[in-house]
Amino acid sequence: MSNWTRKDLLGIQELTAGEITGILDTAAAFKQVGARDIKKVPALRGKTLVNFFVEPSTRTRTSFELAAFRLSADVINISATTSSLTKGETLKDTAKNLEALHADIIVLRHSSAGAPKFLADRIQSSVINAGDGAHEHPTQALLDTFTVREKLGRIQGIHVAIIGDILFSRVARSNIWALLKLGARVTLIGPSTLVPREFERMGCAVTHDIDSVLPTVDVVNLLRIQHERQRKEYFPGTSEYTSLFGLTKQRAATLKPGALIMHPGPINRGVEIDSEIADSAQSVILDQVTNGLAVRMAVLYLCAGAGSFDTQTAPASISQPTGNPQAENR
Amino acid sequence: MKKVLITNGHIIDPANGINRVGDLYISDGKIEKIDFEGSARKHIDGLEIIDATGLIVAPGLIDIHVHLREPGQSAKETIATGTNAAAAGGFTTVVCMPNTSPAADSPSVVALIREKAATESCINVYTTGAITKNIAGEELAPIGSMHKAGIVALTDDGHCVQNHELMRRALEYARMFGLPVMDHCQDYNLVGKGVMHEGYWSTVLGLPGWPSAGEEIIVQRNALLAELCDTHIHCQHLSAAGSVRLLRAAHTRGIKISGEICPHHIALTDESIQGFDTNFKMNPPLRAQNDVDALIEGIVDRTVTILASDHAPHCNYEKEVEFDMAPFGIVGLETELGLFIDILVHKKKAIDMAHLIELYTVNPAQLLKLDRGTLSPNAVADVTLIDPDLEWAVDKNTFASRSRNTPFHGWQLKGRAVRTMVAGKTVWALS
Repeated sequence: MSNWTRKDLLGIQELTAGEITGILDTAAAFKQVGARDIKKVPALRGKTLVNFFVEPSTRTRTSFELAAFRLSADVINISATTSSLTKGETLKDTAKNLEALHADIIVLRHSSAGAPKFLADRIQSSVINAGDGAHEHPTQALLDTFTVREKLGRIQGIHVAIIGDILFSRVARSNIWALLKLGARVTLIGPSTLVPREFERMGCAVTHDIDSVLPTVDVVNLLRIQHERQRKEYFPGTSEYTSLFGLTKQRAATLKPGALIMHPGPINRGVEIDSEIADSAQSVILDQVTNGLAVRMAVLYLCAGAGSFDTQTAPASISQPTGNPQAENR
Repeated sequence: MKKVLITNGHIIDPANGINRVGDLYISDGKIEKIDFEGSARKHIDGLEIIDATGLIVAPGLIDIHVHLREPGQSAKETIATGTNAAAAGGFTTVVCMPNTSPAADSPSVVALIREKAATESCINVYTTGAITKNIAGEELAPIGSMHKAGIVALTDDGHCVQNHELMRRALEYARMFGLPVMDHCQDYNLVGKGVMHEGYWSTVLGLPGWPSAGEEIIVQRNALLAELCDTHIHCQHLSAAGSVRLLRAAHTRGIKISGEICPHHIALTDESIQGFDTNFKMNPPLRAQNDVDALIEGIVDRTVTILASDHAPHCNYEKEVEFDMAPFGIVGLETELGLFIDILVHKKKAIDMAHLIELYTVNPAQLLKLDRGTLSPNAVADVTLIDPDLEWAVDKNTFASRSRNTPFHGWQLKGRAVRTMVAGKTVWALS
């Protein structure tokens, strides 16, 4: 297996299948750590991680923060409102300041597509993309593929439907790249305004007929549907959306028995997914959250240069809990 | 009486159908004559002789679409630096856009620009006036007063009058003064928040795109209004295949409408934006390969009759931000001629040098009724010497422009201007 040589994780598009699999394998090792009494390892002791969230987020930020704590890194959180960006400082200057404070890893959530790449090109610190506009959300796609692999045992050859607002979704784009690179078949479903034909050139199928597809899939990944100001011109409203594309009980009954139901959250119960279906045995929505922690630990660990994919020899730091967790500087 | 002889050059003067080797005599800043015999050369005291063997001798080139940024934005460019850049690109005449700060929407701002240009520019600067007050698209600017102050055209460049009724009245009003109207064709609703071409690459990159139809719909609007008002409309910086098609159709009906093309729209496609480099962000955006092909076809069949740069300088710190937050535009004066010769004449073999020079001289001069763009006897001796085969590398660090926002840094090009003369005087020469 090849080694991880990247400073940054900016997107799935530029990764090879080997690199994706390597991250998932590393995450599997970290998931075992999470099942222990003492969940903390010293892998990133002395390293500083900055959670730089220019766009609001709770679950992704918390997941990165907890992942960093588990790896014994020091963590600072900066949001748009607490940063000098509100005083007109440029992203470049803010980041240069963080670099001057010797931040080892910057986890960036930003409303502009390409912002993590912009930053990574200009600073020495590792940059992890925690979602950039409608471009990519690589750790979400990694935790999604991790969950599928864990539950179904493989990615190669499975059929995944991604349903909803594909056009504005970074989760969809990262998932498309990850699934296609690992050999899955991907069908995108949603209103024609939100699933333009251009996606076919990425290698997906595009359809607007959910009922014909559901019986054939191994995974449905539902995206959050919103009908706020900027989406008013794209579809008439949530009730029509639910009637055309919602995963209702009747529709869920047409799924294969072992098919997985996924959602990156936060879910709109009764809109893109029926409330009972969200809580059903087929739903792996909370597994996704748990796996997100292991995947983000793996990504931080690899990008910080702490180790390679070779989990047989490298991470003594993974396998041994920290000597005295109480004494850690969190 | 100061005399200059440009000897043994390949003289191309499309206005007079001249395309052969000869000697060009300049006397007191005016064209004296062209002599094809050579034998008649005689020694005159004080005669400056410029050997143009192997070079093209063309009327001074005209770029009708330039942002000089003065007044108000001199961190980006000044009239002095912008016109030095023009001279270094082979241009003896530029037409500057009115989106300065304040906008050139009144005779006083027009007068200010003309006065500064008279003292600080080494080339000819013509000014345009805004169609609407503050380029806001709401009320007509004092078009008649600006005409008296010396503007050569009207435009809200950078913006587009969305109200068709207002545009109609502007065209009718402009007709009184014989002023052509130049339009930045862009429908705001279709453009939305778009920062690049809508297509495969905007889909992959997750950047908001805007479709070609956002330009084409205004080109067609303009064709309809030009016919209604019997006024000439010039469509600036065309980027889309459909725009060329619509212009071609309008011409078959005899409608007074013209178009211009910028080098970046034939040199690059939207694929270049993959690295999120804001030097590839301009308005209208880089489009797809079929658009590039259609634009070149439009140049070849003379549907499009003018080439220009849309020279749009911005400071490094303004451009070095997130892609969707960066200002639109790139500098172009010092690369446009090289790019067009390299692509259109050498690589694509789409047109010859005589055709290219026509697009930069007689055509823009006719559109804006400028007494330039020709080597006719008694014309002002604005002359550009071009080496069509000289190979050179674009180096943004050597630009005379104050700004460096170019996507072409490091490009190897074939063909460029080597000397620029205004009224018989050399204002720039390649060192």
